[in-house]
Amino acid sequence: MTQVIVQAPSSESFEPNKSSDKGKWREYFSFSTDHKVIGIQYLVTTFFFYLIGGALASVIRAELATPDSDLVPPELYNGLFTIHGTVMIFLWIVPAVTGGFGNYLIPLMIGARDMAFPKLNAAAFWLIPPAGVLLISSFFYGPSSTGWTAYPPLSILTDQRVGQAVWIASIIILGTSSILAAVNFVVTILSMRMPGMGMFDMPLFCWSVLSASGLVLIATPVLAGAMILLGFDLLAGTAFFNPTGGGNPVVYQHLFWFYSHPAVYVMILPVFGIISEVLPVHSRKPIFGYKAIAYSSVIICVLGLVVWAHHMFTSGTPNWLRMFFMIATLLVAVPTGIKVFSWIATLWGGKLRLESPLLFAIGFISMFVVGGLSGVMLGSVPIDIHLHDTYFIVAHFHYVLFGGSVFGIYAGIYHWFPKMTGKMLNEFWGKVHFFLTFVGFNLCFLPMHLLGLQGMPRRVAQYDPQFASINVICTIGAFLLAISTFPFLFNAIFSWIRGEKATDNPWNGLTLEWTTSSPPIVENWHGDPVRRTGPYDYGMGLQDTEQPLAPTH
Amino acid sequence: MNKSKTIVIVVVLGLIVSASLWYGQHNGLLPIAAANEADLYDSLFNSLLTIAVAIFLLVQGILIYSMIKFRRPKGDNTDGEPIHDNFLLEIIWTAVPTVLVIWVGIYSFDVYSVMQNGRPMSMGMGMPAMTHNHLGMEAAHADSLVSDSNIIESANTASNVKANVKTETDPLNIDVLGMQFAWIFSYPNTEIQTSELHVPLGREVKLNLSAADVIHAFWVPQFRLKQDTIPGMATSLQFTPNKLGTYPIVCAELCGPYHGGMRAEIFVETPEQYQAWLTQEQEDVANSRNDGAIASAPSPELSDGHTEFLHMQLTTQSQKMGVDLKSLESLHHLTSHT
Repeated sequence: MTQVIVQAPSSESFEPNKSSDKGKWREYFSFSTDHKVIGIQYLVTTFFFYLIGGALASVIRAELATPDSDLVPPELYNGLFTIHGTVMIFLWIVPAVTGGFGNYLIPLMIGARDMAFPKLNAAAFWLIPPAGVLLISSFFYGPSSTGWTAYPPLSILTDQRVGQAVWIASIIILGTSSILAAVNFVVTILSMRMPGMGMFDMPLFCWSVLSASGLVLIATPVLAGAMILLGFDLLAGTAFFNPTGGGNPVVYQHLFWFYSHPAVYVMILPVFGIISEVLPVHSRKPIFGYKAIAYSSVIICVLGLVVWAHHMFTSGTPNWLRMFFMIATLLVAVPTGIKVFSWIATLWGGKLRLESPLLFAIGFISMFVVGGLSGVMLGSVPIDIHLHDTYFIVAHFHYVLFGGSVFGIYAGIYHWFPKMTGKMLNEFWGKVHFFLTFVGFNLCFLPMHLLGLQGMPRRVAQYDPQFASINVICTIGAFLLAISTFPFLFNAIFSWIRGEKATDNPWNGLTLEWTTSSPPIVENWHGDPVRRTGPYDYGMGLQDTEQPLAPTH
Repeated sequence: MNKSKTIVIVVVLGLIVSASLWYGQHNGLLPIAAANEADLYDSLFNSLLTIAVAIFLLVQGILIYSMIKFRRPKGDNTDGEPIHDNFLLEIIWTAVPTVLVIWVGIYSFDVYSVMQNGRPMSMGMGMPAMTHNHLGMEAAHADSLVSDSNIIESANTASNVKANVKTETDPLNIDVLGMQFAWIFSYPNTEIQTSELHVPLGREVKLNLSAADVIHAFWVPQFRLKQDTIPGMATSLQFTPNKLGTYPIVCAELCGPYHGGMRAEIFVETPEQYQAWLTQEQEDVANSRNDGAIASAPSPELSDGHTEFLHMQLTTQSQKMGVDLKSLESLHHLTSHT
């Protein structure tokens, strides 16, 4: 495969932090085709939407501080959690972990000069800001208020018809962006690895992005189809899902979850990859069980496609279907467990550098295990029938998506910030950020397990007063979590502008992104990249060897 | 591995196992169990929680231990030992979870079958399977769990039922209609329509669920049972209440702005109380037939504002749809029996 060579840059002028870089910020607002610029565009844009989603969450928790519906009107409350969920999934985690980290790291890790389709890559990114603005703008005329699941007939009979239509439109645009990005990742990973790099010489992050992209390619078109049909029902009065015209609302649920369950793996698989990169570098040990981790990503990808109806155990699905999806769901625990145990074994006996990247990575394992265990319990049909649509579910998926994905994203940001910006983050404020996040997160979401078990349904603005005191604890935790974002935000902005300069390889990492400058030049390396060691050959005394090594795996 | 190390590991594992066993049985996380199905649920939940707590303690313990023990000494820039894999360990942590989840699957399957009243699963049946489930099939694979659940029923309860309910084997059928934002309960062969659900203790109840507008979900946390009510599709729910009391009925599926206010109550009464209530209601219906209003006693838990709101909703909903509740009900009967 020929590698795309945009133009031969005069290498000298691309040394980082030279005066010639003044005005380089303009590039971040342009239709740049540099995968590194696009990666940072993704990360900054999605983080902006994360702040919006977080602000919505704060209003939700403020409303829930009291059992009565007294802070915002009930319709608006439903709009708040609908847009909160949609923003956090489609505008933060999915694009941040695939588009953000994937774009920035994949070419660097496999020794390529850019992604396979740079223009497509830029197009995929530039679909996101308009879709996001469109979605957020619906607060001016009544946002979709039917939950991020938008089950018909509620979503067809809704009073916020414009808001619902705008919601559908933005989901279709964001889904398209996601598909375009996934095509790019699959082609890049399969065909643009540097000469001599086999599939099993790739860093594990590449395996996880490959698996996640496969899921996106198979599942997202189904979501787009469901959205288009829902749009027809809403706007043109068709009856695909409308029972009054002979439609079947449960069919929508199947189509929706056929995408939206794999979406969970799209959101977590690349983060698994991030953790597999951060742990070896900061524990100074090879990743434990490389092949087991690589294969388990693929197995999760396959199993993840056949578990969707576990979201529908109370939807009137036939019994045999419930049993099939229960078994498939429970089996996901096995490859996931392999990963968790392999990470723990990587830590064991290492020389742990307990700074922000590793703290967030260990925090990830710790919190993700809680979400995984509650997930196995929910996989059991009888258990789920009681807990479906309760706060236990809210607790479960926040442990997976916040305790999992967001902790992992933070680990990745602390780890690669020096590479991306050429500046070090302040370690003290990094630790402050970690401890505030960890405490706030658990304070907010741990008590929700109890709320759900005791009988509090989700998506309600008013609830039984017996749950009032626990909800106050959750709200305090949520506010602490909101506050915890500020140390990070100021740290990132301040460090980027005038932080301590980073060396090319501040952590002594062995993957290829650390062999170029910080930040890397356009086209990534002056000459051809050279692989001197395998990605995880720590403790083998190979770091200073001049000879390129034969593949170790 | 030396001897003292082995002893330490065994002791720690023993502590983890006993702590999780204790917590699994004494977690107090669930509300009281008021139906046979809930008792089954609780034993399954406690077992799963025991395993979860054990794994949680093991993982968190190792993480914290590693963070203390393997912390890099200041100035030590060397690497750790290059261990790439360990075949035995990897086999163990693949095989043990596999066996565990298969066990969880079988146990859950068992509990689910019994919750479905020991009837065989409707393999390959059409969509509204919950309804087809109960077509008079005998308990083909009723196993030990069934007898367990019967024992749980107090002897007192059983004798009450025998004395007062003629057809004990037939479940008591009640039609349930979910609508924005209220529940309406109809007692077949009577004209009783109420906004509160009364059932006799110890008798199997079968709710035939339907929805008037959007999807709702019927949930009684104390029964650990939930079922969506879906417009255009009949669903059902079966349970045997085994504790006297009043329990909340919660709508668990987002159904609109006042979803959180869509609540009702279920009264589990002695068969005598139930019969008295039934008679009273029938008299009320006869008396108020001229008004044409449905009997809807205000539920005590809701404030006045909410009750007013519910009344208003009931009226506006039926007007909006251009049908009165009677015809809606007959419609429902048509759909559920086809």
